[in-house]
Amino acid sequence: MSTLSELLIIAIGSALVSNVVLSQFYGLCPFLGVSKQLKTAGGMGVAVIFVITLASLVSALIYQFLLAPFGLDYLKTIVFILVIAALVQFVEMFLKKNVPSLYQSLGVYLPLITTNCAVLGTALTNVQEEYNVLYAVVNGFATAAGFAIAICILAGIREKMRYNNVPKAFQGMPIVLVTAGLMAIAFCGFSGLL
Amino acid sequence: MNTTAIITAVIVIALLGLILGLFLGFSAKAFHVETDPREEKITGTLPGNNCGGCGYPGCSGLAAAIVAGDAPVNGCPVGGEAVAKKVAEIMGVDAGESIRMVAFVRCAGDCEQAGRDYEYHGEQDCRMAMFLPGGGEKSCNFGCLGYGSCVSACPFDAIHVEKGIAVVDKEACKACGKCVEACPKKLIELIPYDAKYAVACASKDKGPDVMKKCKTGCVGCMLCKKNCPKEAVEIADFLAHIDQEKCEGCGACAEKCPKKVIVKL
Repeated sequence: MSTLSELLIIAIGSALVSNVVLSQFYGLCPFLGVSKQLKTAGGMGVAVIFVITLASLVSALIYQFLLAPFGLDYLKTIVFILVIAALVQFVEMFLKKNVPSLYQSLGVYLPLITTNCAVLGTALTNVQEEYNVLYAVVNGFATAAGFAIAICILAGIREKMRYNNVPKAFQGMPIVLVTAGLMAIAFCGFSGLL
Repeated sequence: MNTTAIITAVIVIALLGLILGLFLGFSAKAFHVETDPREEKITGTLPGNNCGGCGYPGCSGLAAAIVAGDAPVNGCPVGGEAVAKKVAEIMGVDAGESIRMVAFVRCAGDCEQAGRDYEYHGEQDCRMAMFLPGGGEKSCNFGCLGYGSCVSACPFDAIHVEKGIAVVDKEACKACGKCVEACPKKLIELIPYDAKYAVACASKDKGPDVMKKCKTGCVGCMLCKKNCPKEAVEIADFLAHIDQEKCEGCGACAEKCPKKVIVKL
């Protein structure tokens, strides 16, 4: 199989089939917390794509060229946490200075993602699946795109659901969790895709 | 026990932490953005609700605009005079007059007063109910629908629906103007906090029509206008309106009003 088609399969696989939120249950915190409005959900989605893609690249590089050659791969979890946290901090500073317009739109969300488990989860999945740097970046991007898709759909549903007459016991978070569960079932439909 | 592994782990993580810490420290210096120290101070002074009532994206947006000279020091409608004074102090200019405003719902036609043409059981939202025949179930086309679009728009929990009409909690209201925008009937206006009297009706129907539809609607009888010593009452489209700048709060209009629609605040 050519590299391109392999990458395509990885991308579709992580974006839709094994969606990061709806079938792996990573990153539920921002998924439920920042999905009240479509606009903020979109901002969060873009910020997550940005951070996970970058984090995948950096963690794959570190694993391949620093940890693996020296037999330190048992330290990968804690090293990734450190590196990702520092990376997000650095990206925030960099954007503030050099790309103020992007900082304006992503600024609020960047610190929120620093400790998001989806970021670390993707970095560790990349190692587990023994992806090289290119594959890791594509997988990271696709996973984050899956997150963006899921959070935007949920935000869209929640915006409409505001008008619904929800029974008292289900008002607030319960109905959102039920909705997320139904979305997860719907996303099971993608499993036949690959 | 494999002590080498433990020691290696400690050394690696300590080194990594040191390197990353130094890296972040240096890049914080290298990428430091010069911000006006006044901007941070003003942001700290502003209420921090990020309601957007000033027209800028959040409190820090207003602070940046004030420092840049694009917005007046009393640009925050929520903080009012107290905040304006502090901001003016930081900026080193005079605050100027800033009158505290509050929202006022120009309708008194609650469930007992106003007639209804039909029963509506659909979506509980004013902007939706606007599209119903006759602009909602209420006989009066101008009155408050009472589905609380203003309530959900209010960031300060200062407006509530009581007996089918929206009522503003004067003390909690910060005059951000969100409800004014949200009301599809354009019923809510901002009046000075100190205002004594206001006309609680927005009906532009002719007198006889108003009589049929609501027990407490303004019929445009001109009695208030005739009795006002300060000429503060204007009547247009069969509807009285009090000019709060001229009004001195004598109460002559409210006393004479046959429909008791001029209310004491």
